[in-house]
Amino acid sequence: MDQTLILFTMVGMGVVTYLPRLLPILFLSGRTLRPLLVAWLRLVPPAVLAAMLVPALLVPEKRLDLGFDNIFFWTALVAFPVAWKSKSLFATVVVGMGLVALARYFGLGYGS
Amino acid sequence: MNETDKSTTTACLKGVRRALPIVLGYVPIGFAYGVLAGKSGISAANTLIMSLIVFAGSAQFIAVGLFASGTGAAAVILTTFVVNLRHLLMAASLTPYLSGWKKKHLAFFAYELTDETFALHSSAAKTLNSCPLEALSLNVTAQASWVLGTLLGIVASNLIGDVKPLGLDYALSAMFIGLLVSQCGSPVRIITAIFSGGLATALYLAGWHQFHIIVATVVGATFGLGVEQWTKR
Repeated sequence: MDQTLILFTMVGMGVVTYLPRLLPILFLSGRTLRPLLVAWLRLVPPAVLAAMLVPALLVPEKRLDLGFDNIFFWTALVAFPVAWKSKSLFATVVVGMGLVALARYFGLGYGS
Repeated sequence: MNETDKSTTTACLKGVRRALPIVLGYVPIGFAYGVLAGKSGISAANTLIMSLIVFAGSAQFIAVGLFASGTGAAAVILTTFVVNLRHLLMAASLTPYLSGWKKKHLAFFAYELTDETFALHSSAAKTLNSCPLEALSLNVTAQASWVLGTLLGIVASNLIGDVKPLGLDYALSAMFIGLLVSQCGSPVRIITAIFSGGLATALYLAGWHQFHIIVATVVGATFGLGVEQWTKR
């Protein structure tokens, strides 16, 4: 694709990314929401984070894989307790990336 | 320095400090994006501009793949919209804590609302209302590190063959693990996460590669609310 067209496409991407981020904040903030809606919204963070994370761990190459080659899954089994015990995002990221790099260094996982 | 200046500086520094775990994840992921975009034939300027005006990790990776495969502009924009629609729910879930904010602060805050900044804000949501400056400074630090990572990736894209040996492609997942654990403080929230994660996986396996996140989030949060109401009775 031509670079100018890519630029215009990116402007469009920027608009459709910004609007869903902006509109709820602009229209809902300052209003009193019904308690049931607030209770539902409180459950959105764990729901959305799990929905983004779990498929990435269990379905690395388009199909369910709990085998030895799926280092993302095995690393997660270590990273979860690390996150739980340390309560440190920093430590979790370092341990996670470190283990994946280490596993690949020893020739484990896909494409390594 | 007078008192107001001092508290302003303190708030900004606190935001920067709270953003550090995100910086740790964003620099390598932004780097990977920069390398990938460079290898896919996107100009250095466009690669950088995307990190400045879109600022959405997974959508940027997907877009690079689509550009490389020659997908049309409309399809790229529509895909971006669908992939990022989840931010609608994230933004909505923060609004109860933003009631005292000025409109211009809200507009700026929303611009840099990503999965990761959202997760950090929602884990300390009660402090949001008292200190817009700290929240904005956290956001700006996050995007600055994303742009920095992108820049380094652009520079390195000619030198590096693959980002996999460094484990960079796991930074996002590792960050989500840490953020998810911080969100699972009660049995209902744990049940919500397990249900939603399982459903998203099932939908993804069934071939829903764009809508699985938003559908699983809505159904999962509703399921969790049902459990919460039922156990209260």
